[in-house]
Amino acid sequence: MTSRAEITEGLAEILEEVAGVNPGDVAEEKSFTDDLDVDSLSMVEVVVAAEEKFGVKIPDDEVQNLKTVGDAVSFIEKAQA
Amino acid sequence: MTGSKILAMGHYQPSRVLTNGDLANMVDTNDAWIRDRVGIAERRIAEGETVADMAAAAAGKALANSGLTAADIDLIIVATCSSVDRCPNVATRVAAKLGVAAPAAFDVNTACSGFSYALASADHAIRAGASRNAIVVGAEKLSEVTDWSDRSTAVLFGDGAGAAIVTACAENEEPGIGPVVWGSAPELNDVIQIEGWRPYIKQAGQSVFRWATYSLPPLARQVCEKAGIEPSELGAFVPHQANLRIIDPLARKLGVVNAVVARDIVESGNTSAASIPLALSKLLERREVPSGAPMLLFGFGGGLTYAGQVVRCP
Repeated sequence: MTSRAEITEGLAEILEEVAGVNPGDVAEEKSFTDDLDVDSLSMVEVVVAAEEKFGVKIPDDEVQNLKTVGDAVSFIEKAQA
Repeated sequence: MTGSKILAMGHYQPSRVLTNGDLANMVDTNDAWIRDRVGIAERRIAEGETVADMAAAAAGKALANSGLTAADIDLIIVATCSSVDRCPNVATRVAAKLGVAAPAAFDVNTACSGFSYALASADHAIRAGASRNAIVVGAEKLSEVTDWSDRSTAVLFGDGAGAAIVTACAENEEPGIGPVVWGSAPELNDVIQIEGWRPYIKQAGQSVFRWATYSLPPLARQVCEKAGIEPSELGAFVPHQANLRIIDPLARKLGVVNAVVARDIVESGNTSAASIPLALSKLLERREVPSGAPMLLFGFGGGLTYAGQVVRCP
């Protein structure tokens, strides 16, 4: 089990590597597209890296529901449980 | 079994240029967005030309570049997914336009991977002794199946054709077309569609991007392994021109550090089965690849299908 804070931190590392997002900007309420400037193709790269890092499956249909960092954290938390 | 080789290439693009600025007047989009997402600056759009017209023009140039004549040709294979007529096929129309008397002539439809499938089919026919000299074409008129009000697809596609003359190697000559790696992912066959009677292209872009980014690098590596070539030895890498954000990472992951990487998408858009022969013909015309250098061709797209082979630069 990973805590929400740890998942957020892990996502911040991925976002920095894939899309050059400053880890300091990553917080649960931030929107991937509007706040962090992650476009739909970079989002796919984030999702695949997150699957690997957290050992979960994030189907394509689910990706469009992940609007904010918090949405992604919740999905990963639930998928790991 | 005698192998085969590419003797010459030729290509044809319509003269009408459609820029990103032109598209911004048709749908809600802009130049920066298109360049950032797919890397396209402009594309060519057919006006009067049919798929067969463009295929024949490219094939005619390839034939002229090869030094062979129509009388030498015994096989024509055309890769296309956008020819609206079901019958006659494009290959026999190319034959009629070029005056090739009685060739075996058929079309191949594996969408964007079509040229590599067609090239492999020609190579196999020559190895089996069923052909000596073949014309292999990729030709598309995607503008005819594009929904010009859909901003997610209208910005992507273009029209054009490229062609190769493929001939049997001499006895003891090293084969110029390496073994094909081909296959498909049928579970994803709904992510790119041109379905129905008067159809438009639809695609689930993120699903296609995910497949292309993560499933293709090992397959492209397999093509090199089958040919006994290290990616670093390649003189050129000519993948299907779908998106610069697929092409550049694919080149990086493969480690094609010494190769010219085809980026014709910038000026031609995505021309499906035509994109590889079009890009390759232009590389050869500009003499960017030394004669004899190994080149990796790798097609992928609707189906989802893929096929690739290492070929020797003529």
